[in-house]
Order: sequence, then C-alpha cells, then structure tokens
Amino acid sequence: MRFLRDRFVALLLAALIAAVAAPAAQAASLAEALTKFTTDEFSDTAEAIADVAGSGDARATTIIEALQDGRLLYNGEQKTVFYKDKSGKLIDAATGQAVAGDPPANLAAVRINNRIRRSIDAALGELTLRAPDPAKRFDAAQAVFKSRDANALESLDAAIAKETDLRVKKAFAEARAAIVLYQAETSEADKLDAVAVVRARGDQDALQLLGGLPNETPASVRTAARDAVAAMQSQQAMWSTVQNVWYGLSLGSVLLLAAIGLAITFGVMGVINMAHGEMVMLGAYVTFAVQELIRTNNPGLFDYSLFIAVPLAFVVTGLVGILIEQGIIRFLYGRPLETLLATWGLSLVLQQAVRTAFGPTNKEVGAPSWMSGAFNIGQINVTYGRLWIIVFTLAVFAALLALLRFTRLGLEMRAVTQNRSMAASMGIRTARVDALTFGLGSGIAGIAGVALSQIDNVSPNLGQSYIIDSFLVVVFGGVGNLWGTLVGAFTLGIANKFLEPFAGAVLGKIAILVLIILFIQKRPRGLFALKGRAVEA
Amino acid sequence: MMTGPILRILGRSGVLFLSAVIAVALIVPFCNLVFPPSSPLHVPTYLVALWGKYICYAILALSIDLIWGYCGILSLGHGAFFALGGYAMGMYLMRQIGTRGVYGNPILPDFMVFLNWPELPIYWYGFQHFPYALLMIVAVPGLLAFVFGWFAFRSRVTGVYLSIITQALTFALLLGFFRNNFGFGGNNGLTDFKDILGFNVQAQGTRAALFAISCIALAIGFIICRALVTSKFGKVLVAIRDAEARTRFLGYRAESYKLFVFTLSACMAGIAGALYVPQVGIINPSEFSPANSIEAVIWVAVGGRGTLTGAVVGAILVNYAKTFFTSGTLVPYWIMGGCVVIALAGLSWQRLQTLYGAAAGAALAAGITQINYVGPIGSFVLAGLFILVAMGRGWHALPVGAIFGALAFGFLSTPLATLGLAPFWLFALGGLFVAVTLLLPRGVVGTLEQWWTEWQEAAAAKQLAKPDAAQPMTSGEPSPRPAE
Repeated sequence: MRFLRDRFVALLLAALIAAVAAPAAQAASLAEALTKFTTDEFSDTAEAIADVAGSGDARATTIIEALQDGRLLYNGEQKTVFYKDKSGKLIDAATGQAVAGDPPANLAAVRINNRIRRSIDAALGELTLRAPDPAKRFDAAQAVFKSRDANALESLDAAIAKETDLRVKKAFAEARAAIVLYQAETSEADKLDAVAVVRARGDQDALQLLGGLPNETPASVRTAARDAVAAMQSQQAMWSTVQNVWYGLSLGSVLLLAAIGLAITFGVMGVINMAHGEMVMLGAYVTFAVQELIRTNNPGLFDYSLFIAVPLAFVVTGLVGILIEQGIIRFLYGRPLETLLATWGLSLVLQQAVRTAFGPTNKEVGAPSWMSGAFNIGQINVTYGRLWIIVFTLAVFAALLALLRFTRLGLEMRAVTQNRSMAASMGIRTARVDALTFGLGSGIAGIAGVALSQIDNVSPNLGQSYIIDSFLVVVFGGVGNLWGTLVGAFTLGIANKFLEPFAGAVLGKIAILVLIILFIQKRPRGLFALKGRAVEA
Repeated sequence: MMTGPILRILGRSGVLFLSAVIAVALIVPFCNLVFPPSSPLHVPTYLVALWGKYICYAILALSIDLIWGYCGILSLGHGAFFALGGYAMGMYLMRQIGTRGVYGNPILPDFMVFLNWPELPIYWYGFQHFPYALLMIVAVPGLLAFVFGWFAFRSRVTGVYLSIITQALTFALLLGFFRNNFGFGGNNGLTDFKDILGFNVQAQGTRAALFAISCIALAIGFIICRALVTSKFGKVLVAIRDAEARTRFLGYRAESYKLFVFTLSACMAGIAGALYVPQVGIINPSEFSPANSIEAVIWVAVGGRGTLTGAVVGAILVNYAKTFFTSGTLVPYWIMGGCVVIALAGLSWQRLQTLYGAAAGAALAAGITQINYVGPIGSFVLAGLFILVAMGRGWHALPVGAIFGALAFGFLSTPLATLGLAPFWLFALGGLFVAVTLLLPRGVVGTLEQWWTEWQEAAAAKQLAKPDAAQPMTSGEPSPRPAE
C-alpha cells in the first residue's frame, strides 16, 4: 500500500512539475532572448527579435511593437528589459508585471537602425500570420501579397502547413505565389504554379502583380502571365458590367419608387401633381417621427420602426392627398397646366411648413440592424439596404398591380380612366374614385419616402430632387401604363450607370436628360403608349 | 407718318401703358440723379437697381405671356433663355475686367486662372467686342429655342409633355453650368464686373442709364408683342391656342407659327437676362433652376395671361411682394402709387373720372401712409382699392374707402413688417399659385378688364333702355380669352 501511495504521489508530483515546467521553459527562452537586447549590439538585437518572435510567447508582439516605437528599455548591468505600454506604465518584459514603485535607474532605449526595422517588420508580419484571429491572419496575408517581402516566405510556408481556415489558407497561398513570382531564384515550374494561383484570385491587385513582373522572369512564365492578365481582364470587364447593372437596378428601383405613385396620379388620372415629391418628403418625415418616438419610448422596437412607418406613412400621405384632391385638384380637372401651377404652389407651402415645423437641417433617420451591412457576390459588393429597397420596390409594384387588377376599387379606377361618363352611368361614383385614386398615389409616394429616408438626406428639399426624374420616368415609360413605368425606371437607372464611367456623374445625367428629350420627340406618348380612345381623354 | 398705325396697333390702353413705362423711365433716373439724398423726392440708387431688376423680370414675363397667353405653350424652362442671355452679357463684362482682376491676367477671367487654364476657350473668343456680345445675347437663346422648338413642335409635343421637357432642358443646363470645366465659372458664376462700354457698372449714372434702357427695352418688347398679337398672325396664334387641330385642318402650319413665336420669345428673354446681369452684378447657375422658371410663369398668371400689360403688372407685383417679405425694403410710396395708378388706369381710358379718382385716392393713401408709417403695401393696395371703389361706387365712396383702407392696412402691415416675414414668403408665394389658379384664373388685369367690360355693357344697356339714348359706348379692344 505504502509503495502504491508513494508511486501515486510521485506521479502526481511529476504531473505537477510537467504542468509547471512547460510555460517555465517558454518563459526561460523569452527571458534568454530578452537578455540579448541588453548588449546594445545591432546584431544581437536582430537575433533577439527573431528569438522573441520564435518564442511563441503571447507578449512577443507587444515587445516587438514597443521596440519599433522606441518604448523598449534596458538596464545593461542588471540585464533586465522593460517596456512602457501605451499609457506610459513601465512593465517588466520578462514577467509581464508592472514595475511597482520607482523605476530602476540607468534605463536606456534599445537602439534600432534600418536593418533592425526590416527585421521588426518581418517579425511582426510573421507574428500576425500566426495570430489566433483568422481575420487578422487574412489581413496579414493580404499585406504580404502586396509587399511581396521575401523574408516572409519561410513563415508563410509554416503557416500554410498549420492553417485550417480555407479562406485564410487560400490567401496564404496567394501571398506565397506573389513572393515566388518576384524572387529570382525560384524554379520556372514553381513560378508557373504561382501564376495559376494568382490568376485564380483575379482582382485588380492580381492584375497589377502579373502586369509588373521583373525583367529576369523566364519567357514561359511571361506568356502564362500575359494569358492570365488577358483572361482576368475579360473577367473583370464582365464583373464591372454586372456591377453596373446592379447599381443601375438599385438606382432604377429608387426612380421607380418615386415614380410609381406618380404613375397613378399622372398616368392613370392625368393629374400633374408637382407636389408629388413633397408627399415623398412627408413619408420620410413620418419615418423620422416614428423613429424619434421609438427612441424616446421603447428603444427595443427600433428594428421594427420601418414596419410601423410604412403603413403610417401610407395613411398620413394618403389623407393629405385626399385633402389636396378635395381642396384644389377637384376644381381643376381638365386644366392640366393650371393643375401644374397650383400643385407647384402647394409644394412650396408644404416644404415651408415642414421647414417651419422640423427645421431646415437634415434629420437623421437610422437604419435598422437588418438593413445595415453588406456581402460579396463574386467581385461586387451588395449592401443589404439597397437589396431590401429593390425587393421592397418590386413588392410595392406587385401589390399595386394586384390592387388594380383584383379589387373593386381597382376595377372602378380602371373604368373611370377608360371612360368616365360610361363609368358614371354604370353607377360608379366617379368623384369618390378620383379622390381615392389620388389618395392611393399619394400614399404610395409616402411609402416611397420611408424607403428613400434610408438612402437619402431627410430634409425639406428631399422631394424636389426626385420630381423631375420621376416625371421623366413616367413620360418615358408611357403615360397610363404601370409596366411602362417599371421598364422606364430600370432602363433609365441602368443607362445612367453605364454612362457614368464614360461621362462622369453630371454629364451622364445631362446626357440622359437630352436623350429623353430626343426620345419624346420621336415617341411623344412614351415607350408603351396607350392606344385607342384613352389617348384623347 | 408712322405714328398712325402704331397708335392703332397699341390701342388706347397700350398707349397709356407705354406712356407710363416711358414716364417711369424718365422720372426715376431723374429723381435719382437730380435730387440730393436728403430730398424727399430722391430715389435711392439701390432702389433704381432693384426696380431695374423688376423691369427685367417684366420683360421675361412679357415673353412668357406671348407664348403662353397667346399660343398656349407653357414653357417651364424660360429661365434658361433668360440665363443664357445673362451669361452672354456676363462674358462680355468679364472680358472688360482685363488686368483689374485678382490675378491681373489681361485675357483670362479670374476663375480660369484659378483653375490653371492655359488659354481662353474658343467659345469665349470675341466677347470683348460689345456688338458681338449683343449678337450672342439674342442669337444663343434664339438658336437653342429654334432647335428645341424645331424638334418639339414638329413631332407635335404639346401641353404638359412640352412643359416637362422644357423643365428637363433647363435642369440639364443647370447641371452643366454648375460644372467648373464647362468654362462659365461653375458654382460661382460670373461676377466682379467693372465696366460696361467704358462706364463703371457700380456708378450711379450707369445704373440710372441701365434702368432707363431696361424700360425702353420693355416698351419696345411691348410694342412688338402687341403688334404681333393684334395682327392676323396673332389671330392664328390664338386659334392654335384654342384649337390646334382645327387650325391645322384649315391649312395653317401650326408648328411654324409656334416655332417663330417661341424663338422670338426666347430672344426677348435673353435680352431681359442681359439687362438683368449688369444691374444685379452677378450671374450664376441658380438662374437655370426650374423653380425660377415656374415662378416666372406665376407672375404671368397673377397679372393675367393673354393680357400683355398683365404680365408686366404681375411680374412687378409678385417681385415687389417678394422683396417686401424677404428684406422689408421700402419703396417711395408716391412712385409705387403712381405706377399702379397709371398702369391700372390704362384699362379705363374712357373714364377719366376713374383716373382722377384713382390718382386722388392714391395721393391720399400715400399721404396717409406717410403719416402713419403704414408702409408701401398700404399705399399700394389702397390705390387699387380706390380705383375699384371709384369704378364701382362713384365718388361718394372715396372717403369711406380711404378710411377703411388706411385702418386695415395700417393694422396689417405695420406689425407684419416688424415681425420678419422672410419665412412666410414661400407660404405666400405657394398660396398665390393656388389662389390665382383657383380663384383668379384670369389674373388681376384680366379680371379687372372683365369687370370693366361688364360694367360698360350694363351702362350701355341702361342707356339703350332710355328712349333718348345716346350712342352706346364701345369698350376697349376685345381681350383675347385665355384657353382653359
């Protein structure tokens, strides 16, 4: 028994020693490495950097960064090394403990020169290549890819062997390929492999890398690189086309959103509502008001603020619209030019009213968490905000089509549009339908305001910037045709984005305006013109 | 003799209106230059410039009225022609600065030196010569209008569609002129002018002369427009306005008529802009903004479209109200009252009694407002009130009207003027748009003309009813009725 107990104690002791000894060994090697800083010789310092970096200690990065900034201090007699942290506190480098009481005398900063700086950079690069956080490792790999520092090759190889994260591993491989391509001594086969790796990467950096290969590169590698560049360029052209289409869709959805309400009031009813933009603005301000209420009363609901704002904006602007119809537009049917002037005046009044009530400055409307952020598809960056706006626009469009097609109100609206007197004699109260139609158009403008508050400044002038564009969309698409408005909005959006790279944003916009003016000369009734009697109405 | 046909074309109201314009053209500079600042009859120089601005706006309004009131073309981009004329004048004035600019470059304007432009762009060549600049002031807006109208009218773009594309036109120009590399000073536009034809732009005498020239331009523009609309050509224009298709079926080429009148109107707007720039001292891209053009349309609507005098009255009324709201600038009451009296009296030539009544009323109102510090709006509206009262009720109503008017406007305008009205201007302007279209579709002058005609008809009917009736009075020339 006793024997057994002794054995047990011995085992326990051994385990204990083993447990303690492992970090002790590491600390010892760090301490050993640190002593080399105290000799005040550049060659020793360089060795010390390599040893510290190789020690695997958690404080290695801190120590080397301190050296880089001149915050690493040593005492030549006691062979001790300290560093100051960012707040200026003196810390013992070997133990990591803060030095209590007075700082030791005779401290001097470890000197560095350009050679040491290079080793510092390399060591830091290596250290981050081994950082526990994959995102940091990825960034380090990107940095090496750009710097093509040959010193990092060894540590890269080591890192590749250990790496488990596929994305980071790919980045490491690309970084390694970049170094190999720019190193004279690597073999041709290696270089060819490297070209293939870089080609797979396919972005602007890769293009630059392959385009600027050093002169001593073998001919076969050069040809491979040239092919790779050509392939990558055509791929990039494709991606930039895709990107333009995406941006165009995004712009088109904004145009559509702003124009869709106008397509109802102008397109279906023939009423020129210059205050349409102000309905959009009111919708944006409703969003602002809802968010303010939520912020002060119940911040937890913030993510749902838009769900509350959309119906509320619809109701508020719809009611304002019905009020306008009943108060002004009712008296001006059949006098389109005067309707235009009266509603323009109304837009001035509404703008000034909002300016008086909310002040002239931009109001901050926040984005809920599910609308912020972005993701990548291939080489294009897709923000959730834009994506949701496109989805939302299409949803509104579909809902409107359904309303016109399947509801009683929609039926009556179409009847009144097509033949007012016949509709009236069939018992439809045309005046009521007019008011509701105008309210619907205005309400949709309000909903558009909720969405636009996410991407534009919410100010009293918000509406003005959309009014001309939305009229052009409706006129371009063809009055009285919702599908025309859809096609018109996306055509204009995409055309605008394709013109921008050639002409710049402003000239592109001017070109679009001129093109529309010319287009209207050619087809005065728009892309999808109504035929038959409705034309004369 | 030329005067015979001219007088016949103008009609009595036209002659009166013209004499009012010429009187203003003589009196205002005279009072500005001759009387010392201490004199109550002195017109301050800043007012001369301000009123010069109004006159330029009046020319613009006249040009819009010609196409909208008589031909049914609602252009929401006429500010573009105005601004183009202004830029042409601005370019001439920039070239006159010479070495006196901040950078002292003899050829390049300051902004080009600032942008490191090596040499003058080709389209700036020749603008140092005044005749060339004059040509461009008319030619550039005219050419743009011709090309634009050629396309638009030939493909029969009408009504609202035309309005929207004219708005797109001015919007496109706005965006273009905001760009620095367009070569027109970008955002800041053209300013810091020194000389015009060797005279200092800032000098009192130059300003007075520019004012007089603007008035003369207005008078000439008025004569041309009146000659046009009273001719057979004008009848065709009105026919196009009221029934374009029918006119075309009768064998008239509607698009040619429209194109001619549109181009002429653009040239007039260009001249207005050119006169505007030296008096205001700056031209920048904001003149192209669609809002400006629409505002110009509302001047015409307020004054009464289809009445040339109405366009002028509307432009002055609205802009005067704007000045009053935004800066509270006061204008000597007697000028204000006198102008209104003369302009409005143009409508009632035959009733000298009314003229006397109105003049007396205005003088009375001016006197009252001077005493009570009621402000110009008081005298202005009072004068109008007196005319109405004198027309409708007869002489005995004068004192009642005077007391009522003075009380009402003394009450209203004194506290308003001290409140700071600037924030309310847009409410007022917007309300004006709505009110005029809903309640006063003929505008001020049009409504007054209508009342006058009705009153005369009633009087004639009364005379006819008597057995010993004299010849019935004829009304002034029939006023064309604006299309709905």
